[in-house]
Amino acid sequence: MNHPSHEQMTADLLRPLQRTSWRFYLLVAFLGSIVLMGLCTWAYQMYNGFGVSGINNPVYWAFYITNFVFWIGISHAGTLISAILRLVNAGWRRPVTRCAEVITAFALMIGAMFPIIHLGRPWLFFWLMPYPNQRLLWPNFRSPLVWDFFAISTYLTGSVLFLFLPMIPDFALIRDRAPKGLRRRIYGALALGWRGTTKQWHRLESAMQIMAVAIIPVAVSVHTIVSFDFSMAPVPMWHSTMFGPYFVAGAIFSGIAGLIIAMAALRRFLHLEAYLHPVHFENLGKLLLMMSLLWAYFVFAERLTTWFGNDTAEMNVFYVTQRGSFSPLYWTMVVCNFVVPFTILALKKLRTIGGCVIASFGVCVGMWLERFLIVVPSLSHKYLPYAWGHYRPRPVEIMITIATFAAMTLLYTLFSKFVPIIAIWELKAGDHPSPELSAAGQHEHRLGETHA
Amino acid sequence: MTHKWGMAVDLDRCTGCGACVTACHAENNIPTVGPEQAARGRAMHWIRVERYYEGEFPDVSVKFRPVMCQQCDAAPCEPVCPTYASHHTAEGLNAQVYNRCIGTRYCANACPYNVRYFDFFNPQWPRPLHLQFNPDVSVREVGVMEKCTFCVQRINAAEIAAKADKRELKDGELQPACAQSCPAKALVFGDLNDPESAVSRLSKSPRGAKLLEDLGTKPAVTYLSRQTQA
Repeated sequence: MNHPSHEQMTADLLRPLQRTSWRFYLLVAFLGSIVLMGLCTWAYQMYNGFGVSGINNPVYWAFYITNFVFWIGISHAGTLISAILRLVNAGWRRPVTRCAEVITAFALMIGAMFPIIHLGRPWLFFWLMPYPNQRLLWPNFRSPLVWDFFAISTYLTGSVLFLFLPMIPDFALIRDRAPKGLRRRIYGALALGWRGTTKQWHRLESAMQIMAVAIIPVAVSVHTIVSFDFSMAPVPMWHSTMFGPYFVAGAIFSGIAGLIIAMAALRRFLHLEAYLHPVHFENLGKLLLMMSLLWAYFVFAERLTTWFGNDTAEMNVFYVTQRGSFSPLYWTMVVCNFVVPFTILALKKLRTIGGCVIASFGVCVGMWLERFLIVVPSLSHKYLPYAWGHYRPRPVEIMITIATFAAMTLLYTLFSKFVPIIAIWELKAGDHPSPELSAAGQHEHRLGETHA
Repeated sequence: MTHKWGMAVDLDRCTGCGACVTACHAENNIPTVGPEQAARGRAMHWIRVERYYEGEFPDVSVKFRPVMCQQCDAAPCEPVCPTYASHHTAEGLNAQVYNRCIGTRYCANACPYNVRYFDFFNPQWPRPLHLQFNPDVSVREVGVMEKCTFCVQRINAAEIAAKADKRELKDGELQPACAQSCPAKALVFGDLNDPESAVSRLSKSPRGAKLLEDLGTKPAVTYLSRQTQA
């Protein structure tokens, strides 16, 4: 199979923008109605009071905070992976970067909703921000929740910029091909006057380089600060020094899984077989395998030190997850996050597109459970046994959780309808691996050889 | 002289009668949530009497421990609040500004004693309890955290009265509702900055210990351990 010609690339990648089937409208209507139901459920919760959810004393945080950590984790797919692949100049990144960066932007938006949804009085969420007010009140800068606000808003701004910059030449391409009218005006505005001059290309490349370097520490700091929400509180099994790296590793782990699922869906539904090759899935699958091992190492280190330390309060939480009422969830997590992905991804024969997707679904389930098992068992088994409790989700929380997955799919579907999901100019600018190529690693890059 | 309010709880004297819980509800306009919500863990007792059972039936003994906000000097609930709703006063109280609370519930998670309570619904009382509200205490709306204040409304009123009379507060002149209603005098409240006060003397007792002292929260409540076999 030959590489698609440049003209073919443009035609293939712009096709979803130009032709819309009835299936698209059906999907949008379906997802949109679930999202709408989620919003109505939230309104119902606000109107009736937080009591309609399942939280109680002592489990004051549960599904909403789990979703918050999970979605912020998924957001680490995109920007971080794409920035690293750009910096090491991995040739196979070209068709992958944009669909990864979009995940970041949308997952962050969804994740950032949860600190607001979970508030007792969500209409006062702006009290978390420092804003000029008559009584000269400031937020409490010692609170990790205020750090969250700054971390997430920085990351969201950065990753939207990081997503937008390489879209500019593609917007210009659409503008130039669009007939006169609304579409031409909108894409013209988005293209910011792009003419493709040498100076513009040079500035775009420098800006991308700066953003790629800047976004990595921001991404790492975001999930570290999310982990501080837990590790700063003297709660058994929360008050841990390893939560920062543990959370970041888990975030990248679930992020890669989310990316693989998104890429497989794009490949199938937008017919991008000529652009997203098995080698992309194989490379990301290897990365997922490595993160699975890293995750298992972190869990092992956390569990072993807790067990060896034998602190009374921590051991209560330890046992309630390991072999108590939370143990079915705990062992499901271990199977989904380690046993399944390790078995599939370590065997070359199983590391196919289908195999990678199955492993990724496992990881998404497992990582959601991991966040849940960090939040709830610690809260339900704090120091005084008299105050121990239990948690069971109520329909309100389940509905809002389902709605977030629908919202992610909906936003992604709409985005791929309005913007080419693979960066056309980046694909043209570099060689992308041919489908015959089984793995990038098999082609040795010799010293002194210039990279494509 | 600034005050440093504290309490001593004599576990030998506590009979577990629950008068303190009832008095606290009446004094502080604490809503009663009803049996269904209470079963779901939404009961709000700013002071609770914990029951621990020892031995096997029929040789069972029950140990009681009243637990209220320990008014920690190094309170984990305070730094985590993003809006300063939970803050420390000059007199060593962990105060909660209900109007500033947005309901992150972070303070309740950080509190090792589980003595902070969330308003899951707008408050309601079964008749005729709605006729006996305390006008000195504001009622909390849905979505905010509330907790034991050491009856700060009584503290403020007594301090103002003493200042008007140009005199110092006397020890025992001022009591929170729980201490006032305790028939066994298990709860003793007073000023820890006054070395002669009853609470100061009891707090220095060799029987005294703080709850979860090794967490470093520096509580203002001292528990006097049991010496009798119940």
